[in-house]
Amino acid sequence: MNSFTELKKKSSADWNSLSIMADPVIYLGMASCGKAAGADKIKEVIFKTLSRYDLKAKLVEVGCIGTCYLEPIMDIAAHGNPRLSFGNIDERTAELILHKYLVDKEIYNRKVLGHLGSKPFDGIPGFFEQPMLKSQVRIVTKNCGFIDPENIHHYIANDGYQGLNIALGKEPSEIIEEIYESGLRGRGGAGFRTGKKWKTCYDTASDKKYLICNADEGDPGAFMNRLLIESDPHAVLEGMVIAAYAIGATQGYIYIRAEYPLAIKRLQNAMKQMHENGLIGKNIMGSDFSFDIKIKEGAGAFVCGEETSLIHSIEGLRGMPRTRPPFPAVSGLHGKPTIINNVETLGTVPHIVRNGSQWYRQYGIDNNWGTKTFSLVGKIRRTGLIEVPLGTTLRKIIFDIGGGTQKEFKAVQTGGPSGGCIPKELLDTPVTYETLASVGSIMGSGGLIVMDQDTCIVDIARYFLDFIQKESCGKCTPCRVGTRHMVEILEKICEGQAEPEYLDKLESLAKLVKSTSLCGLGQTAPNPVLSTLRYFRNEYIEHVNEYYCPALVCHSLIEYIVVKEKCTGCQRCVSVCPTGAITGPRSEVHNLDQEKCIKCRACYEICRFDAIAGNAIEITSRKEG
Amino acid sequence: MEQTDTLVIDINNFPAEEGSLIPLLQRAQAEYGYLKEDMVEQIAEYLGLTPSQVFGVASFYSQFRFTEPAKHSICVCLGTACHVSGGETLVEAFERDLNVKPGEKTADNKFDLNRVACLGCCALAPVVKIDNDIYSKVGVIKLKEIWSSYE
Repeated sequence: MNSFTELKKKSSADWNSLSIMADPVIYLGMASCGKAAGADKIKEVIFKTLSRYDLKAKLVEVGCIGTCYLEPIMDIAAHGNPRLSFGNIDERTAELILHKYLVDKEIYNRKVLGHLGSKPFDGIPGFFEQPMLKSQVRIVTKNCGFIDPENIHHYIANDGYQGLNIALGKEPSEIIEEIYESGLRGRGGAGFRTGKKWKTCYDTASDKKYLICNADEGDPGAFMNRLLIESDPHAVLEGMVIAAYAIGATQGYIYIRAEYPLAIKRLQNAMKQMHENGLIGKNIMGSDFSFDIKIKEGAGAFVCGEETSLIHSIEGLRGMPRTRPPFPAVSGLHGKPTIINNVETLGTVPHIVRNGSQWYRQYGIDNNWGTKTFSLVGKIRRTGLIEVPLGTTLRKIIFDIGGGTQKEFKAVQTGGPSGGCIPKELLDTPVTYETLASVGSIMGSGGLIVMDQDTCIVDIARYFLDFIQKESCGKCTPCRVGTRHMVEILEKICEGQAEPEYLDKLESLAKLVKSTSLCGLGQTAPNPVLSTLRYFRNEYIEHVNEYYCPALVCHSLIEYIVVKEKCTGCQRCVSVCPTGAITGPRSEVHNLDQEKCIKCRACYEICRFDAIAGNAIEITSRKEG
Repeated sequence: MEQTDTLVIDINNFPAEEGSLIPLLQRAQAEYGYLKEDMVEQIAEYLGLTPSQVFGVASFYSQFRFTEPAKHSICVCLGTACHVSGGETLVEAFERDLNVKPGEKTADNKFDLNRVACLGCCALAPVVKIDNDIYSKVGVIKLKEIWSSYE
């Protein structure tokens, strides 16, 4: 294994050169979320500023650290000081920060997030002291936002491929044992013990076996896999090679959403580097083990997250599920034993192999060992991606890490369209596979969508069911027809057209679909309805009996009105109203014609955000009945 | 619309097996923006399938389209985070402003309007994507400013 020692040496030299470099080093977060927040423009500003002041600096494009609400994020290491991180910057402040720091050696305090040094620095807080980061345990996201995902040396210098190096020196059965002992469970949501799954495949004799990485992150509101692949693609790939060695697979696939072009690019680039360094292909790291990986782009079907559908999709068929058993570990792709693991599961594997199963088990609680990433989105102050030990309570995640909600917290939705809404009374629930199931939700892949008083529970249930109904593959009747009827009932409730007995009908239909559908998609589809009926039945009843939507969301049940006392008569709303519903001469209270109003929200927005308007448009829902 | 263009994609670089079907369809769509009928026929012939088998697979997946896209594609994200932040209101506003329904094109062939499940930028919801540009935290009154900048 001398070649790896050499590669490691070379990599460390490349990585360390950044910290001993005389010129400043600028790190810019360039994952999809950073780009969406404007990182490309910041990059231009960096080049312009450097040339304007005739400065020399090295720009390193990194991935995302997960504090998405602070994007765009730029770090600067200069003057022998620790690396400083600046957040929420725009083109103007980026130039200001660069100029002040690189030319005048002054730190623009208003945008500084923290320093990344090991010792206190100049009254600036440590970066990881930030409330969103403080309670996290970053294992699988360790490198995210710190290394250049397109530079294999950065990964190797940060313990990368060390796990593979160790694995190849052991028997496959030893690796499986280690993973089993670690207690690692499938991070895609179902939570099956990874080591056990691998052993089934290992024990099945076959001339050919496959390993598939499931990166078909279909849950709306979840982006754990995207962020991990964009920020640290080698971690997932290393996990794949280790897994393939353990189960005896010679061919691997990454099934990834076509909607993630940057992640695909990063994978292609990383695989090219692996080939160049003998980390994939024939005789990996000089061993007898050969393994190659192909990227398969998904074509947009939520059901393909289900194992057997995914296999059909790779085979070039419609992505429809089949009954199990046989399980793919015994008979999968082309009828051969196949292991399908989620991105995060595979990304965790190298860490366990390197550090041992006992090390991994120091995190988490009973039978839920290790950490899990979650995407924290919705009506929450600090949105982003986090990694915490399993067993952390929802309250800690939402309030300590996420900073809570601005308005009153209502519920948190876990597990995407297959999950449920959890109310505030259950916020002290520790997050484990079993506890989430016991409160009517699921772990899922890790999407946590926070809802406040402005989120209508019935509308959310309708939204998820509508999503599932459209994504149902149509193979089995309960899912195909049942979800359609459920959507119809929910639409009626949202429109104020429902009869009181609809709620019981909805509930019994939900139970039927849950118990009789063929695959996981249909079996979990009713969860959003069942959980909301369980915890928020009153809100359904208000919709049905009083035509009242307390969150002021359901179009048919709300009205826009002008509050006379507040209206300044500025005519801003008149100018944006697309239907001429608002009228009134300047400086007089405006009139809103309910007959013409299409509830497009334009008047509401302009009245709230325009300086001379009086925040006079309100949305109401009248209780009737 | 029936044309007999020869397929200029590198069809022979794909192994002639069923597993190549979806990659081939993706390749063809990347080249032309949609799947033309004669393309589907050629792919079917190359893989030894019937055109209806190929259509059966292609129509199952939401990625594939059978009509020519407009000059610019507007995608309104309706992932959960975008939904709770008002994504649906944005769809309605586009429908009104451009006089177009989701899945359709404007009369001048300038825009097509699409609903997408999730772009993965949930922290910046609601999100609208036009071609490859992503606009975050979009409000109804900002919309016109955004789309009118496209020629």
